[in-house]
Amino acid sequence: MTTHLYPGLNLGEAHGEDHERSETVVFGFWVFLMSDLIFFGMLFATYLVMRDSTAGGPGPKELFDLTSVSLQTAALLFSSLTCGMATLAMKHDEKGDSPVVPRSVGLWLVVTLCFGLMFLFFEIRDFLEMFAAGSTPMRSGWMSAFTALVGLHGLHITVGLIWIMVLINQIEMKSLEGVIKRRVMIWALYWHFLDIIWIGIFSVVFLGGML
Amino acid sequence: MADGILGRLSVDSLAILHVFKDPTVNNMVDSGAAGLVVIGTVLGVLILTVTGLWGRLFREWLFSVDHKKIGIMYIVLALIMLARGIAEGVVMRWNQSAALGGGPLDPDHVGQLFSTHGTIMIFFVAMPMIFGMMNLVVPLQIGARDMAFPVLNQISLGLTAAGAALLMISLVVGEFTTGGWTAYPPFTGAVFSPGVGPDYWIWAILISGLGSTLSGLNFAVTIYKERTPGMTLMRMPLFTWTALVTSILVVFALPPLTACAAMLALDRYLDFHFFTNDLGGNMMIYANLFWMFGHPEVYILILPAYGVFSEISATYSAKRVYGYESLVGATLCIAVVSFMVWVHHFFTMGNSATLNAAFGIATLLISIPTGVKVYDWMATLYRGRIRMSVPIIYLVGFFFLFVIGGLSGVMLANPTIDYQVHNSLFLVAHFHNVIIPGVLFGILAGIHYWFPKYFGFRLSEGLGKLTAYLWIIGFSVTFFPLYGLGLMGMPRRSASYQDPSYEPLMQVAFYGSLIVLLAFLMVAVTIIYSIFNRHRLSVPLGDPWDGRTLEWWTPAPPPPWNFSAPPPVSEIDAFAAAKESGDAYVPVTKYEPIEMPHSTPIGFIVLFCTTLIGFALTWWIWWLALAGVVILATAVIGRSFGAGGEIVISAEEVAAQDARWRDMARYQVGVTRDDETSSSNIGRAAPDIVAAE
Repeated sequence: MTTHLYPGLNLGEAHGEDHERSETVVFGFWVFLMSDLIFFGMLFATYLVMRDSTAGGPGPKELFDLTSVSLQTAALLFSSLTCGMATLAMKHDEKGDSPVVPRSVGLWLVVTLCFGLMFLFFEIRDFLEMFAAGSTPMRSGWMSAFTALVGLHGLHITVGLIWIMVLINQIEMKSLEGVIKRRVMIWALYWHFLDIIWIGIFSVVFLGGML
Repeated sequence: MADGILGRLSVDSLAILHVFKDPTVNNMVDSGAAGLVVIGTVLGVLILTVTGLWGRLFREWLFSVDHKKIGIMYIVLALIMLARGIAEGVVMRWNQSAALGGGPLDPDHVGQLFSTHGTIMIFFVAMPMIFGMMNLVVPLQIGARDMAFPVLNQISLGLTAAGAALLMISLVVGEFTTGGWTAYPPFTGAVFSPGVGPDYWIWAILISGLGSTLSGLNFAVTIYKERTPGMTLMRMPLFTWTALVTSILVVFALPPLTACAAMLALDRYLDFHFFTNDLGGNMMIYANLFWMFGHPEVYILILPAYGVFSEISATYSAKRVYGYESLVGATLCIAVVSFMVWVHHFFTMGNSATLNAAFGIATLLISIPTGVKVYDWMATLYRGRIRMSVPIIYLVGFFFLFVIGGLSGVMLANPTIDYQVHNSLFLVAHFHNVIIPGVLFGILAGIHYWFPKYFGFRLSEGLGKLTAYLWIIGFSVTFFPLYGLGLMGMPRRSASYQDPSYEPLMQVAFYGSLIVLLAFLMVAVTIIYSIFNRHRLSVPLGDPWDGRTLEWWTPAPPPPWNFSAPPPVSEIDAFAAAKESGDAYVPVTKYEPIEMPHSTPIGFIVLFCTTLIGFALTWWIWWLALAGVVILATAVIGRSFGAGGEIVISAEEVAAQDARWRDMARYQVGVTRDDETSSSNIGRAAPDIVAAE
């Protein structure tokens, strides 16, 4: 077994072009994330402007269930940890310079998927409870901004979960060895990015709302 | 909400039938325009069927991932949309010239006209023109084989075309918004505009906006990662520099537009309260978000035009561009400051005086780097070997007209003056005065300059000159009267007016718009005439203007892989240097096999599905929208299971093609700049007198 002390992907000695291509693709994805970050930024700004636009309806103090939000946060943080374990496994658990993705990667990704589903379950449950109590996005500008910001993050998570299911499938297929490591890497970037966004939402929306 | 399998769609939605129910002038114009779209489509289908070109259209164009073909398709799309945009402009000028006490068109129809005109000209003429030109030129200028993501490039084109398709469909089925190209709520909210108009706008903007964002990403990555060895950032041609900065602006400026359009959609479809009058809505958020996009957008459009002017001023005066570093610096300054001026679009909407003053000063500042550029171009021409070719005529027209437009912008940047003339025709005159001589002249100059590279023959010089003069005159006659009308107090977007003193100038503007229409038709005539005379105008060796940058270092048209071997670069204007030292066409000793991406239908699938989704959502046909999403997702995910693979072109084939071109170019006697426009110019430039630096 070789030791890999450098950061980044192992794509094998004979894959100079794969290296170059991966660099381009990963850089492209960083640019996409920057653009997506601006999109979230716009929704954060809108939320902050609309913080007091509750129009006589319920506000953060009446609606937020911090226990559930903390559970969601824990689930998402753990999913980021296991996602990191998956990318580490991809680097260190492989046999020689083989382009085959080690089995442990798939297992860590399944664990990540489970944490992600847990997050989504609690988030949707919270939304449904709020709606049932009459505080729908139609109730006030503040609820609209809240639903849009948190909902956009939830939508990203949903896309991420569908994406990871496809990836787990493709790892099992073993026919996409040239590109699968790069795809896992990109997905991991996306997942950590969503984690950072959530920390923003947790601090600004939920903690900020309870102050 | 309407039920039914077709949502709120019914026979009454077909605009083409309106004239039969109520034959007024208004309905004749309305149904006539819809009829033109239908006739145009049917004619296109007929021509393709009769000539049997369907197969070639799909195989060689719609499924192609070649940046050169994608670029041409962008520009064709933009020209089709430009035809409609100009026609609408003429109709509006005609209506206003006769609008004393009420014009021939209904106010609602006028509202749709100025809304589609603005939306089309910005999003479906200027943007595709810019991206088309960047597609054509950037990979060649940096010595790359293709874009960093060729398939994504094709998808971006599909998304842009889907937005344009929705605009065209809105002319035939239903109506467009009357809320202007900026679609300000609450007027465009569900309460005041319950119809389909704003929904067409929203989906056209969201879909094409996604395409633009992905294009911006693609160009940024291409320019950062795909440059030929030796081409450092400070050796890049200036058009590539402006393309890079524009791409960065696109990546950062499009998300606010996506955000505000998506929020407007939530308001309209799901009864959210972002911008409504009641329950905590706040329309100022929309104004801010829209112009956080809208102002950088102005520079997204004009920077590549500046890039074109930098290229042509150097080439057509046969010397290196003056002040390369200052032009790069000015471009970057404009990019940064463009994000700090957005409030000047709504000085009158209740901001504090301090805020207005701050944004006014920032706006004044942005004229400094622009001024630097204008002086650089003039200094480039100074003591150059200038040929008064078509691009230089556009450049000179730009100098005179754009400076006037820029100065009226400096006036508007002062909030106290802005209070007097905001929302008047003065403003309309100002922004047409920067966009037409700036962006459009730049693009037309660029088309004339680069056309031979991609088609293998030049455009007719005589007709091109006539066209350029018509544009300059037509623009001046149409828009200078509007400055006067604005100062006289005439509001923009008026369907009618009561003050007879407006009428004479309005009529002058109408006649001017006819000259603009003629100028546009002359663009088509120039192209068609040149196609028929292509043998006399052909330039297969690829360097008709004694070009300085890498794109001229290929045959015309270039092979699908652009460069048979990576061109060596060790300074700015590497091709000019190679020609000077006499080794531009020496044989290359070593060729490598070239890998090319396969053609793919994915871009066309994206175009089809997103048009379907946009249309279905506009008309509340939920099942159809869902079907579109499912097909699209299946196609995208399904594609990711394919192994991809590439076409490999052998080193021998590359060598054979390349050697043939190099031999021809080496033994061909070049033409001097005096004979540049004669038929003896087949694309091999002779060394000319060397101008003073």
